[in-house]
Amino acid sequence: MTALGKLLRTTAFKLTLVYLTIFALFAVFLLGYFAFNTRRLFNEQITNTVNLDIEGLTNQFNTAGIRRLVLIVEARSRRPGSSLYLVTTPTGEGLAGNVGSLPQGVMANPGWTETVYRRLDESDISELHRALVRVSHLPGGFRLLVGRDLDERDRLYDVVLDAGKWSAAIVVILGLAGGFFVARRVLRRVDAMTDTTRTIMGGDLSGRLPVAGTGDELDRLAENLNAMLERIEALMRGLKEVSDNIAHDLKTPLTRLRNRAEEALRRQPSEAGYRAALESTIEESDGLIRTFNALLMIARAESGQARDNMVEFDAAEVARGIGELYEPLAEEKGLELTVAAPASVPVTGNRELVSQALANLVDNAIKYAEPEAQKNGAPSGIVVKAAAEGDRVVLMVADKGPGIPESDRGRVVERFVRLEKSRSVPGSGLGLSLAAAVARLHGGELRLEGNEPGLQAVIVLPRGGPQGAG
Amino acid sequence: MRLLIIEDDRDAADYIVRAFREVGHVADQAADGEDGLAMALDGDYDVLIVDRMLPKRDGLSVIGILRDKGIETPVLILSALGQVDDRVKGLRAGGDDYLPKPYSFSELLARVEVLARRRGGRNEDTVYRVADLELDRLSHQVKRGTEEIVLQPREFRLLEYLMKHAGQVVTRTMLLENVWDYHFDPQTNVIDVHISRLRSKIDKGFAQPLLHTVRGAGYMIRDGAR
Repeated sequence: MTALGKLLRTTAFKLTLVYLTIFALFAVFLLGYFAFNTRRLFNEQITNTVNLDIEGLTNQFNTAGIRRLVLIVEARSRRPGSSLYLVTTPTGEGLAGNVGSLPQGVMANPGWTETVYRRLDESDISELHRALVRVSHLPGGFRLLVGRDLDERDRLYDVVLDAGKWSAAIVVILGLAGGFFVARRVLRRVDAMTDTTRTIMGGDLSGRLPVAGTGDELDRLAENLNAMLERIEALMRGLKEVSDNIAHDLKTPLTRLRNRAEEALRRQPSEAGYRAALESTIEESDGLIRTFNALLMIARAESGQARDNMVEFDAAEVARGIGELYEPLAEEKGLELTVAAPASVPVTGNRELVSQALANLVDNAIKYAEPEAQKNGAPSGIVVKAAAEGDRVVLMVADKGPGIPESDRGRVVERFVRLEKSRSVPGSGLGLSLAAAVARLHGGELRLEGNEPGLQAVIVLPRGGPQGAG
Repeated sequence: MRLLIIEDDRDAADYIVRAFREVGHVADQAADGEDGLAMALDGDYDVLIVDRMLPKRDGLSVIGILRDKGIETPVLILSALGQVDDRVKGLRAGGDDYLPKPYSFSELLARVEVLARRRGGRNEDTVYRVADLELDRLSHQVKRGTEEIVLQPREFRLLEYLMKHAGQVVTRTMLLENVWDYHFDPQTNVIDVHISRLRSKIDKGFAQPLLHTVRGAGYMIRDGAR
């Protein structure tokens, strides 16, 4: 495809052509209307003037006779820019007036005629003018002609016609040029976008579409596509992270599992020894299954599939339920777990997933606050709270454990990330990731805040579900 | 107990069948949906174990046809899809229980036994009794001998479920699902603490313990003297 062909094929250019045609048609119509009306107006004016003149002159003739009429006509004929006058005898001899010659028979028929004529005072006999005249037959056979020259009308008509031609030409030229310009500009931007898309398709996900900053529809398109790319890149990064993490965090227990089985075979221990080896194998694989399930759950929450099953449920009831489930465990660990929730906090979402997310947070709180509580001797508190805050619903778990340094708070939400000092605490490192994924699924977020001392993990959900959040 | 296992993975099916036979049950197997449906229609089984994804005919459709024909044999669905909505879909299609893969045999056995027993029906009893432990479902009273035991509402439901299935192994997941209505895996074994609390209320101070831990499987309430 040639560059010009490509240009002519653009939507912008085609639109220009359509507009151009419409506009040109409109201009032609407008000018035509103007010309037609001017002509009509002129004719009307001429008719009125001539009618009045004839009426006046006929009156003069009726009251004062032919002599008086001739005098008046003579006088009027001499005025500059005057109408056309001619008074003749019944035989056609001219008595007065400024008309030199007329075609045969004009004076014979009374009424309106458009005719050519020559003025009496004109020397150039080749020049003929056009006029609209009315002939009136007076009593006694005298004939009176009054008329107006039509040159002025025709000149104006020509001017309008010329203007029409020129403006049409200008409209077409400017329109085509504009069309080319706009099409080329749009084409250039679209080409730039296409190039970027190609690089992205080539595997470089960090590419972004150019935004001109004009805020027009192409910019909006580019911005939206960029947002989409951002999301895709994040998902891809997540996926890559997951595969890296799976490689690391699943291979480690798998290796342990394999080693233990191998060792049991090699050593050939007593029956009790085999039993112990097999039991630890099952335990290890259960741990693996658990990790695997959690990973699947996160992936599922992140892909947004669970959005289909969202219904209204009571977040306060979830807080109480989870609190009740974990309260004995907390007590056993020397912690005091309390639930602070109003009678009812309705929210739209997936009750099961939100319960699980909250359970993970409580589980974490118990795990990390426990050693602290043992050290202090005094029961340290964990508070599970549900509350409605405007159009959002918060589910919060606050503990008095070691907390998470502010610099690490963004990192711990990622899959498998466990801070160095928490390596000794059992867990998959997926609890916070899952809570964050669930919050995101609902169009909300997981916030980690300081509790001075301790950690305050907050699941913020839009009250109306993900749709409500926009 | 007669079981039919409809599962296309031969290794998995063989393993289940062998394991069920070892604990004294009769187990048949079918390798695809059509065979499974035909066998379920012909034979008299106590429980059907149906894999969700089967060749020739999908597991859920097998269950649908059985239910349409008025066959109410309890069905346990096995599935690699372990998410909440899949479970709901399975139960809605007429399944009675749902177990995601991979599962432990003890979990499967416990659930199948509960399903088979349910057929006999103990649901209508208003008072459950195990040895000298008595639970009144209407008045919510629990007594051990003559001594009244005060339980929290959740403890009551926990004991009620255990006693409803007295003599049967009840797994932690079953308790979590049926007593708490949660279908996820709490990373820590929270159920154990609830059980030990309950145990301290019903068994502490009595010569004969009733609430037993079944190693590697779960819990069971049982009259130890028998």
